[in-house]
Amino acid sequence: MLSSDSDILTQAEAWRRAGREVALATVVETWGSAPRPIGSHLVIDQDGNFLGSVSGGCVEGDVITEAMDVIGDGAPRMLEFGVADETAWRAGLSCGGRIKVFVEKVS
Amino acid sequence: MDLALLAALNAERAARRAAILVTDTTSGEARLVREADISADPLAEELAERLRTGKSGTLEVDGRNLFLTVQMPPVRVVAIGAVHISQALAPMAKGLDLDVTVVDPRTAFASPERFPGVPVLAEWPDEALPRLGGLDRYSALLCLTHDPKIDDPALVAALRAECFYIGALGSRRTHAKRVERLAQAGFGEADMARIHAPIGLDIGAISPAEIAVSILAELVAELRRGRRRQPA
Repeated sequence: MLSSDSDILTQAEAWRRAGREVALATVVETWGSAPRPIGSHLVIDQDGNFLGSVSGGCVEGDVITEAMDVIGDGAPRMLEFGVADETAWRAGLSCGGRIKVFVEKVS
Repeated sequence: MDLALLAALNAERAARRAAILVTDTTSGEARLVREADISADPLAEELAERLRTGKSGTLEVDGRNLFLTVQMPPVRVVAIGAVHISQALAPMAKGLDLDVTVVDPRTAFASPERFPGVPVLAEWPDEALPRLGGLDRYSALLCLTHDPKIDDPALVAALRAECFYIGALGSRRTHAKRVERLAQAGFGEADMARIHAPIGLDIGAISPAEIAVSILAELVAELRRGRRRQPA
């Protein structure tokens, strides 16, 4: 199912209420041609289930891995992805843009 | 973010009220500012501007890095007329994440079988619109019946509610008569200019589905006016 960003926030609330550990990732800054606009969300649970997107698939894997850590220690993180980033080969944005993603735990 | 805060944000959206979540991206601390509380907020000016543009984004205040999540109410589309075009348009509108409702007092048209999965109200607009909670700035109104008895009251309600998109089906001649009627009802030229008529972008549409595409394209163009390369 295709989900809007508002559906994702509703889902994040429902997942948490159902007792799942939940992290919320949000695109907070973009430069150049970024695949998803500022404010786009990805919600992740402790098992790696996720809904939504922050980059249309380019860096979701890394965001999900980081989200696991956020769920683990509760501390929010700011992630940055882009071609200039050292992770470019692993998780870069092929479009040449750069994005910053804020990941926080829903507690 | 606190679950209670997330729930409050979701509740505002469900109630069709705008809200802004202010998050300190260093500490993770966050607070919710409801539309009605913006003027009394320390960040009033910035928040009001964000609400105007509908854009989320970062902000630095006294050395603190903030992210403002601007949540506008979901865009609602009310189609007056359970006609062939509406049948084509309703599933497309859902695909665009638009909250669509069809209104038509003619029960033969407004049958659930003709609109699977779409709310259909077999009522006159004067009854149906208040039941939907009324139109607002986040609503679009499409008049598709060709029948002034049904279309006109909805048009009047849409003009008063300042809907972001108002479109009316009909030839230029039909529209000229419509303008005359609205003028008699006290509306001026600025009001008339807000009605897209004939409805839809000129893409040479023939079939109901093509007309639906032209209407939705025009609606999206109005919704995303600020982002267009060549604003009309």
